[in-house]
Amino acid sequence: MTGRRVAVTGVGLISPLGVGNDENWRSLCAGRSGIGPITRFDASAMTTRIAGEVRDFDPTRWIPKKEVRQMDLFIQYAIAAAAMAVEDAKLGPPDDPERFGVYVGAGLGGLPVLEATHDSLREKGPRHGISPYFVPAIIVNLAPGQISIRHNYRGPNMSHVSACSTGAHSIGEAFHLIARGGADVMIAGGTEATVSPLAVGGFASMRALSTRNDEPTKASRPFTLSRDGFVLSEGAGLVILEEWERAKARGARIYAEIVGYSATSDAHHITAPSPDGEGAQRCMRLALRDAGLAPEAVGYINAHGTSTSADATETGAIKAVFGEHARKLAVSSTKSMHGHLLGATGGLEAAICALALHHQVLPPTINLDDPDPECDLDYVPHEARKVAVDVALSNSFGFGGTNACLVLKRVG
Amino acid sequence: MTTSDIEKQVIEIVREQLDVKPEDCTLDKIFTDDLGADSLAIVELVLAFEEHFEIKIPDEEVENIKTVGDAVNYIRARRKA
Repeated sequence: MTGRRVAVTGVGLISPLGVGNDENWRSLCAGRSGIGPITRFDASAMTTRIAGEVRDFDPTRWIPKKEVRQMDLFIQYAIAAAAMAVEDAKLGPPDDPERFGVYVGAGLGGLPVLEATHDSLREKGPRHGISPYFVPAIIVNLAPGQISIRHNYRGPNMSHVSACSTGAHSIGEAFHLIARGGADVMIAGGTEATVSPLAVGGFASMRALSTRNDEPTKASRPFTLSRDGFVLSEGAGLVILEEWERAKARGARIYAEIVGYSATSDAHHITAPSPDGEGAQRCMRLALRDAGLAPEAVGYINAHGTSTSADATETGAIKAVFGEHARKLAVSSTKSMHGHLLGATGGLEAAICALALHHQVLPPTINLDDPDPECDLDYVPHEARKVAVDVALSNSFGFGGTNACLVLKRVG
Repeated sequence: MTTSDIEKQVIEIVREQLDVKPEDCTLDKIFTDDLGADSLAIVELVLAFEEHFEIKIPDEEVENIKTVGDAVNYIRARRKA
């Protein structure tokens, strides 16, 4: 992207690994799994009874009590993560609010409130069964809407919805917006909270979820022979993107520079990736072109790596794009630890790339006990790695054949 | 149900719905200006009154219920009717 440079100056992270940035980074470096039995609802009739639930989240730390019940959990996560990101970036109230915007999306939106409201509609009828807050509680763009109200950000405000690439698309679109002069500061990323019967049941019905119910911490095992599906998870991953000169002028700590982004479509199938990962390959190539970087510049890829059959497709796509260099770079799937946060996952993983460049530490792929022969790259198995790395790429692919790749660069 | 019972219960519902302190929830308080209720909060409050007191408050009468005291008076009249 030619245009203004863009800095990542803050992150706000909520995942099964913790509520807060330090909690998440510590768990990622320690190779800890956040997956456990489902407690949010009675899952005993489900084939999948495990998930990545966020624990110890107290929304009243960020949201007045009476407002908490007016919004679904995914909006509460977004508000909390945005507050953390703003604080992390040491951003005060906006000096020029019209130049501050919010691109935060979700893949599914407010399923838990939708499910509960449908129950109460049947029980009490429409007058008393449906809260006047029902619609603003569940619609996706109330996540960025609520954030803008709280921080007085009056610039562009919307949600990009692209299933599991939602968070990455949101960050990429915000990056390009700042680069071309449409805003100076953006809160961007994804949020999701669908540990609910419809979502778990829906993905289970597709046979997309792991059923390793007896060993929850081993269930998300990308690139292994014994992988049997993804682990549904929840949380929010947001970043503060800031025009470079502005960030420098105020002496902000810059985690990384965001230098490339691309969005492509497979135009192939509703859920399966195109053969050879053609859409993913094209997306990685275009993101590198956007960054003006050769493939050889990349030292780390945060893979989409969901612990499904698509791990082999992604591995093949990486080999096709990077050639010989694919053997030299490091690839990890942090979903092995935090599970698949659906619309939030691309936001969390882009933030992890920024932190990896900042700390010069690559978080591992845990549970890589029995590598699939078709998945034969360096996946940073089991343990985090301290290493010099200059450029990271984050892959996100979603149902509908939608792809997003982000390229981030170390500062200095 | 006596007037003071109705008053107590109305105040309890208002406090619960609008999350206001007991000392702030007096009969003269206006839901919107004094207690921070927006149009959606008013709808929710009216529905809570309806459920609790087993009455129906038509939408066109809601605009006459501006204060906590208005609500008590309205509900008392409807309960007698």
